Amino acid sequence: MNSVIKGTGYVLVHTPDMVLHNGTTQTTERIVNPESEYLKELPKHLRSYEDVLSYYPNQTYIGNVTPDELAAVEQPWHDKKAPMNDRFGPFGEIMPQEEFLLLMQACDVFDLVKLSSDFVAAHKDALLKNEYVGPAVEGRLAEGVSMEEVEKLVNEEHAEPLYHGNVLVGCVKNAHDIDVNLSAHVMLENIVSKASSVLAMLHAVRNAGIDKNEVEYVIDCCEEACGDMNQRGGGNFAKAAAEIAGLDGATGCDVRGFCAGPAHAILNAASLVAAGTFKTVMVTAGGCTAKLGMNGKDHVKKGLPALEDCLGGFAVILTADDGVNPCINLEYVGRHTVGTGSSPQAVISALVTNALDKAGLKINDIDKYSPEMQNPDITKPAGAGDVPQANYKMIGALGVKRGDLEKSELAAFPQKHGLVGFAPTQGHIPSGVPYIGFARKSILEGTINRAMIIGKGSLFLGRMTNLFDGVSFIIEKNEGKGQEAGVSEEQVKGLIAKAMKDFAASLLAE
Amino acid sequence: MDLENQKRVKDLAEEHGPENIVVLLGAAEAEASGLAAETVTNGDPTYAGPLTGVSLGLKVYHVCEPEVKAEFDPQVYEDQISMMEMVLDVDEICSEMNSIREQYCKY
Repeated sequence: MNSVIKGTGYVLVHTPDMVLHNGTTQTTERIVNPESEYLKELPKHLRSYEDVLSYYPNQTYIGNVTPDELAAVEQPWHDKKAPMNDRFGPFGEIMPQEEFLLLMQACDVFDLVKLSSDFVAAHKDALLKNEYVGPAVEGRLAEGVSMEEVEKLVNEEHAEPLYHGNVLVGCVKNAHDIDVNLSAHVMLENIVSKASSVLAMLHAVRNAGIDKNEVEYVIDCCEEACGDMNQRGGGNFAKAAAEIAGLDGATGCDVRGFCAGPAHAILNAASLVAAGTFKTVMVTAGGCTAKLGMNGKDHVKKGLPALEDCLGGFAVILTADDGVNPCINLEYVGRHTVGTGSSPQAVISALVTNALDKAGLKINDIDKYSPEMQNPDITKPAGAGDVPQANYKMIGALGVKRGDLEKSELAAFPQKHGLVGFAPTQGHIPSGVPYIGFARKSILEGTINRAMIIGKGSLFLGRMTNLFDGVSFIIEKNEGKGQEAGVSEEQVKGLIAKAMKDFAASLLAE
Repeated sequence: MDLENQKRVKDLAEEHGPENIVVLLGAAEAEASGLAAETVTNGDPTYAGPLTGVSLGLKVYHVCEPEVKAEFDPQVYEDQISMMEMVLDVDEICSEMNSIREQYCKY
């Protein structure tokens, strides 16, 4: 049986204060060079929520601007305003920081997030009014505590402060006095990841048009680890987030692989559905505070806004073949193996052309490739170039080497078979998956037939291996042949009713 | 350059002597190649890592430079690098690398 993409959720959370206080570029600088010009300058480069809403790539991430429309806008994008500044789009939303801090409090079930009662009172209604989130968090929001208590926790008990508008409004407490795995710092990162994952899940459920109870299994693929000193990566973000999102019929687990995590997780999910183990599986991931403002030094030096000011989150719902939605092809999967090697040529061959060879396809038989979809507005000023474009050049060059393309066609290849990057530089978030929502839409509309999602991960960052990693898979048009075998109860009832009617009619005729 | 890699380069240079070390880069852009080359010659220009203020002056090349290409088995180069050679702006990378070597390389 095939597994199909039933729906997706894509969310951003504007967190300017977390850029200053939780991004590792900034926290490292504060230790190494506390009086640095950069730290003094950075606050002046933070964007307002309104500017974040009208930023073209953000509107693309939530589905209001298509990648084609974005590609038609001349870069850079940070000095232009999108014609809309909508908070909500067909895939999700861009949540403001104040509501997110309350969502974090609602997602904390160990009484660790302490917000001042004034702050809660000022913003509670806004969060409850959110039709996607409100019903899930109602009854989970605490009234808050006094500012004296917050200050005491921060000053005397190593709590991580939470700011809004550079004003202290709350904190995240230690979950253990000694265990660094449960420190306030780690708890903040984990609760942020969980809360942004919950937000993406709620949007995905709504967008897929399914009942929450239909979700049987959830796979989380963020890059955080939760556990304690005896099992540092014990998990399970997936189930923790499913609880808050109200997926009462689901269990789940965490799948990790650095930035390749989402592609691995989707392959796992699609296989569980294809095997008939579960009918509906969700893949989800929240965002990462550590990466906020990661390239801030370059952005500030070049007089740009601090563009890495949003957490990202996404969720994809896979179900058994409904005969309509695009399928994930599990027969022709690309994978980087232990023996592949780490040169870009070896990596791209393993991920792209090996799968195509198995499928008997040429490079240009894939309408759109979605590799690392980092927003070039962010990466180019930081000297990292245009990451998706670099990938398309490599895929095209491989096409030339294989004889699928003429060298003269190379220059046009990225535009024809590629996309512009529109995802925040949140590691796992830009890795192939941002396009799944648009791929589903474009395949359903008939504008494309096939897309390849490519996830790559830098395993060496964990210092356990020098190996690189990645997997890829093809999403293709549903030919309508694979619909679940058998007939539904309604169909059986209809058939019986018709037979009875026919029988009655024949009796009357006699 | 990654802070951990800076530390490893520094340690290797101390262990084997800077004159015996060649740093081989594979960065995708001239600017990034130049930054990495500057880090292992003049010191970390971002003032963040262990090579801040440490001028090792190491020999440093990009894998697409002709001097390096000549050292390879042509088949290995074809299998491992030729695709990237087609993609990268090799001339720009070479000129950046030459400029850094002229300024800061001690060996």
